[in-house]
Amino acid sequence: MFNIERWQEIFEAISKNKLRTFLTGVSVASGIFILVILLGVGKGLQNGIQKSFERDAVGSIYVWGGATAKAYKGLNPGRRVQFRNSDYDLSVNKFGDIMDIKGSTYSFWGATIVYGKESGSYEYRGVNPDGIAIENAKIIEGRFINDNDVANNEKVTVVSSKIKLEIFKDKSPIGKEITINGIFFKVVGVFTDPGGDWDEKRVFIPLSTAQRVFGVGDKINNMFFTLRKKDSYQEAVDEANKFTENLGQLLRSKNGVAPDDVSGVGINNSVTEVKKFYDLNLYIRLFFWWVGICTIIAGVVGVSNIMMIIVKERTKEIGIRKALGASPISIIFMILHESIFITTISGFVGLLTGLALLELVGPHAQSEYFVNPQVDFTVAISTLIVLVIAGALAGFVPAYRAAKIKPIVALRDE
Amino acid sequence: MIEIKDLHKSYKMGHSELHVLKGINFNIKEGELVAIMGSSGSGKSTLLNILGILDEADSGLYTLDNVPIKKLNETIASKYRNQFLGFVFQSFNLINYKSALDNVALPLYYQGMKRKERNEIAMKYLDKVGLSSHSHHLPNELSGGQKQRVAIARALASNPKVLLADEPTGALDTLTSYEVMELIQGINDEGKTILIVTHEPDIAAMCKRNVVLKDGLIIDDKMIEQVRASSYV
Repeated sequence: MFNIERWQEIFEAISKNKLRTFLTGVSVASGIFILVILLGVGKGLQNGIQKSFERDAVGSIYVWGGATAKAYKGLNPGRRVQFRNSDYDLSVNKFGDIMDIKGSTYSFWGATIVYGKESGSYEYRGVNPDGIAIENAKIIEGRFINDNDVANNEKVTVVSSKIKLEIFKDKSPIGKEITINGIFFKVVGVFTDPGGDWDEKRVFIPLSTAQRVFGVGDKINNMFFTLRKKDSYQEAVDEANKFTENLGQLLRSKNGVAPDDVSGVGINNSVTEVKKFYDLNLYIRLFFWWVGICTIIAGVVGVSNIMMIIVKERTKEIGIRKALGASPISIIFMILHESIFITTISGFVGLLTGLALLELVGPHAQSEYFVNPQVDFTVAISTLIVLVIAGALAGFVPAYRAAKIKPIVALRDE
Repeated sequence: MIEIKDLHKSYKMGHSELHVLKGINFNIKEGELVAIMGSSGSGKSTLLNILGILDEADSGLYTLDNVPIKKLNETIASKYRNQFLGFVFQSFNLINYKSALDNVALPLYYQGMKRKERNEIAMKYLDKVGLSSHSHHLPNELSGGQKQRVAIARALASNPKVLLADEPTGALDTLTSYEVMELIQGINDEGKTILIVTHEPDIAAMCKRNVVLKDGLIIDDKMIEQVRASSYV
C-alpha cells in the first residue's frame, strides 16, 4: 500500500489542482462540520427537552391516612389512622434504594399569617427539601427549605408569589419576618406553583420546625415518593405497582389496618399517567436518530457527488494515462488514494472545527429547552470513517467505470 | 514489425451495423515511415486505434513485433501500449497540470521507473525535440507546435517500437506542421518505425510510403520519393 512513487504522483496532482483540492476539501469539511453541529444541537435539544419534562415526569406516589372501613384485630371500623415520623422512616428504610424523591408533610389549613398591618388566612405546610419537587413548584426568589433548616428546626419559611402580592404588596419579602399563628418566621424564598390559586394559598416551613413549634409531636399527614427512572414505561409501571402493594402492606400492618382496607391507608399511584413521558422520550430519541441518519445520508450523497464530478472531470486525463500505459488498477488506486487522502484530512478539519465551535459556543447557548450541546467523540469519529468509506466507495464506482472505459472513448471526451 | 491480415471491424449503431474495416491486409517493416490516407469515414482512425491497441478488431490477425495482439485484457493491453507504442494525437493530449518534463516522464512512471531516473530520460528527449529550456512550463504556456513536440518527446520516452500519430499536424499551421514533420523525419532517420494518419497530401508526401483507404479497404499502397520537410522550413 505504501508506495512513495504513488504518493509523489498524488501529491503532485493535489498540489497542482489547488482549486479542485480546495473545493473537495471545503465541501467534505463543511459536510462534517454541519453534521457535527447538527448532532450537537440535536443532543442539546434532546437534553433540554428531557430535562424539562423530567420534573413532572416521574409518576409520584402519595400515601395518606384515612378512616378505616373494616374491623380488624378487635378494632372498630371508622378509626382514624394517623401517620407519624416512624411510618415514614420505616418506609424509607425498607424501600429507600428504589426511591428517587421522598418526603413527608404536615399541613395545617387556616393558619393566620401577619406581616406588619397585613394579615391573611393561609395553609402552612411542613416539608423537607424534596417538598418542592413533588409539588412541581418553582423558586422565583431566594431559596427553598434545605437540609440545614430541617436539621436545626430553623424558623424559616418560603411564601407563594400570591402571598408576596397580598401581604408584601409585591415588595421582596426575603429576609422579612412574619408570624404564622403567632410564631415568628423569616422569609427565605418565594415560590410559584403552576397548580394555581389553591396551591398558592400556602407557605412552606421545615417539617421538623412545624412539628416542634406547633406542638404536633411526630405527626405527619402525607408521604410522597417517586421511584428511580426506568428504561421503559413497562418496567416503571411494574415496579411502581409492586412498590405500592408492598408499601401498603407494610403501613397497614404497622397501623393495625386490614390488609385490603384502602380507606385506612390510601396510596395513589400516578405512574400510569406518565406513559406520555416515556412515549415522548422514545419519540425524541427516534427523531434525533432519524435526523442523524438523514444528515449522514446527506453527507454521503454530497461526498459521492463530488467524487463523481472529479472522476468525470478527469476522464480525459485517465484516457491519456491509459494510452501511455496505465493499467486499470493503477487508475482506480490513483483516484481512491487521492479521494481518501483529501476526505480524511478535510474531514478531520471539519470535525475539529465543529467540536471546537460546540465547545466554545455551547456553554453560552443554554436555555430551558437547550442543554449541553455536545457530540460523543466516538460517534463523530465513526461518522467520519463512514463518510471516508462512503467517499471512497462513491469514488470507486466512477473510477472503476473510468478505468474500464476504452482510452479512445476517454480521449474523444472533450 | 507490424503484420495485419484480413482485419474486420464494425460498430453497432443502434440496430444497424456499420462495417468500417472490410478486410485490411498490410505489413510494415522496421524503419518505415507510413502515411495512412483517406477521407473522413474511410476507417483510417479506426485502423490506427486497432494498431495502437486502443481498440480491438472483430476478426483478423494483428502481430506487433512478433507478438500476437488478440483478446488482451486491459492490464496486458496497457503494458503492451507502454512497451511497444508511442502515441501522438491531433489535440496533443498533454496533462494540463503537469509540466512538460512531467508529461514526458509519465510513460516511464508507468514502467515503474524511479523519479530521478525518469526525469533524466525525459530531459534527454525534451532536449531532442529542442524544448529543454521549456521543461518546467505547463502545456498552456506553450505554443501549439511546442505542445506537439512535447507530445512527441513523451511518445518517444518509453523507447517504443512504433510511433503512432493521429493527424499530428491537424491543429497546426503550415509552417509549424512542416517543423513537426521535420522532427518526425529526423526520428525516422534514426530508425524508428512511424505511422501517420493524415488527410493532407503535403504531409503524406513527406513520408516514405502512402497507404490510401477508402470505404474500409486499401485502394492504394505505394512507396514514394520522400519530400524532406527541411526544404520548406
